[in-house]
Amino acid sequence: MNTVLALAGVVIKELYRRKDFYVLFVLTAVITLVMGSVSFFNDAKIVRYVKEIALLLIWISALVIAIGTTARQIPAERENRTIFPLLAKPVTRGQVILGKFAGCWLACGLALIVFYLFFGVVSGSREHYWPLLNFCQALWLQWVMLGIVVALVLLGSVVFAAPSSNGTISFIVILGILLLGRHLNQVALQQPEPLRSVVYALYFLIPHLEWYDVRDLIVYDRGLVRWVDCGLATLYAALYVALLLFGAWLVFRRKPLNL
Amino acid sequence: MKRLGPYLILLLLLAACFSLATVLEPRASGWSQRAQADNILKVLFGDGRRLFANHFFVQADVSFHSGYYPSIFDQARAATKDTRHLTAKEGEPAAEEHEKQMNFLGPPRDWIERFGRHFFITEHTHLQGNNEREILPWLKLSSELDPQMIETYTVAAYWLCDLGKVKEAEEFLRQGLLNNPDSYEILFALGRLYYQDKHDPARARNVWQLGLRKWSEQEAAGKKPDLLVLDQIAVNLSRLEEKEGNLARAIALLELSKKASPSPEALQQQIDELKQKLAARPPAAAPQAR
Repeated sequence: MNTVLALAGVVIKELYRRKDFYVLFVLTAVITLVMGSVSFFNDAKIVRYVKEIALLLIWISALVIAIGTTARQIPAERENRTIFPLLAKPVTRGQVILGKFAGCWLACGLALIVFYLFFGVVSGSREHYWPLLNFCQALWLQWVMLGIVVALVLLGSVVFAAPSSNGTISFIVILGILLLGRHLNQVALQQPEPLRSVVYALYFLIPHLEWYDVRDLIVYDRGLVRWVDCGLATLYAALYVALLLFGAWLVFRRKPLNL
Repeated sequence: MKRLGPYLILLLLLAACFSLATVLEPRASGWSQRAQADNILKVLFGDGRRLFANHFFVQADVSFHSGYYPSIFDQARAATKDTRHLTAKEGEPAAEEHEKQMNFLGPPRDWIERFGRHFFITEHTHLQGNNEREILPWLKLSSELDPQMIETYTVAAYWLCDLGKVKEAEEFLRQGLLNNPDSYEILFALGRLYYQDKHDPARARNVWQLGLRKWSEQEAAGKKPDLLVLDQIAVNLSRLEEKEGNLARAIALLELSKKASPSPEALQQQIDELKQKLAARPPAAAPQAR
C-alpha cells in the first residue's frame, strides 16, 4: 500500500509542476468571469447561464486533465527508461498500475476541489444561495466518473503505442459515451437484426458515464440525488474501475518494456 | 558619421508608425466591406454564426423547461420546433397541447434507463415566479448571432414585458425591426407592448396597421405569411376600432381575421353583434369607415 501511495504522490507532484491545470483553470475562470460580467437587459438576477457555462468548462477541463495526465504516465516512464529502476525497487507491475491510477485519480480530485470552490464562489456571490451538499454530491459523482476515465486511459496507455493516439481515441470514446450512452437503447430498437442485438449489447457493455453528469440538477436548483442511488452509482463505477485496471495489468505484465 | 543609438531608432520607428497610422486609418475603414457596427461575433464567425444562433435559441427553450428536453433521438423533438409554448401560460391552449407533446420519456425500457433517470430531470415544468428571466441571455446571444431570427425578439420581448422591463423590451423589438423591417411578427409584438404595457392605443394602432400592411405585402408576393399572426393583428385592431366607435372598420377586420382564425364561429358571433350595434345607430352618428 505504501508503494502505491508513494507512486501516487509522484503523479500528484507532477500535476502541480506542470502547467496544464493552471492554464485550464485560468481559462475557465476568465471565460466564466467575462460571461458573468455581461449585463443582459440590465437584469443582475440572471445567473443560470453563468452556472451552465462554468460547469461545462469544469467538465471539459477535468476530462482534459484526467486524459492528458493519465495518457502520458506509463509511456513517459518507458521513454525515459525510469521504469527499470522503478521495477527494480522492487515494485510489481500491478503496483505500478495501481499507483499510477491512484495518483491520477487523486490529482483529478484535487483539481476538481479547486474548480468547484471557484464555481461555488461565483454561483453563491450572484445567487446568494449556497447548496453545499448539492455541490459536494456533484463533485463526488464527477470524481467517481473520472475514476472510470482514468482506468480506461491507463488501459489505453498499455495498448496503444503513443500517448497522443491513446488520448485522442479515449477522448472520442468518452465523449461518445457521454453524448450517446443514454440513447443507445433507442438507437438499437430502430435497427434491424442482428445490428439491433449488437448495439443493445454495446449499450449494456459500456460504462454509463452520463449518469454522473448532474449539472442540470445544479444549474436548475433541483434537489439531491438519493444517497442510495449515489452509492449504487459509486459501486457501479468501482466495478468498472476494477475491470479496466485488471485488464491493464493483464496487458502490462507481459509487455516488453524496451521501446 | 555618428551612429544612432538603439533607443533613438526605436523612437523614430514609433513616430513613423504613429504618423502612418493617422494617414492610413481613415482609408483602411473604406477598404473593408465590413460596417463599423459589426459586432465581434460577426467578425469572428462570419455567416457561420447563424448555425450557432439556432443552438442558443434551443438552449433558451431547454432553460425554459429546466433541462427537461427531448434529444434528437426522441420523437417529441419535432414538437419543440413550434415555439408558441414559449410565450404561453398555464391553461392556454398552446400550453396544453405542448404538455401532451412533451410527455416523451415513456416507461423505462431496461434497468440502465430506469436507474439513469435518478440523475437527470424527468418532469415537464416551465419556469415561473420571475425565473423566466433565465432564458433571456440565450435569446440575446441568439439574436446577436442571427439578427434575422425573428422569434428571438418576440419571445424575449414577451418575457421582458412580463418581468416589467418594458423599456428593454421596446428597445429589443426596435433592434429587431431595424434588422427585419418587413417583420409583421415584430410589429405585432411592438403594438401589443404599446397597447398593453404603455397604454398608448394610438401608437398601437399605427404599428398594427403597418403590420397588417406588411402581412398583405408578403401574401401578395406569395411568401405564405403566418395566418395566426394575421388573426392576432386583425382581432386586436378590430377591438381598438370598436372602442373608438369605428364599427364598420371593426367588422371588416373581424371578417379578415375569420379567414385565418382556428375558431371562425366565435368571430362570426362577434361580427353579428357588431352588425346589430351598427344597425341600431342613427345614420348620422355612424363614423366613416377608413
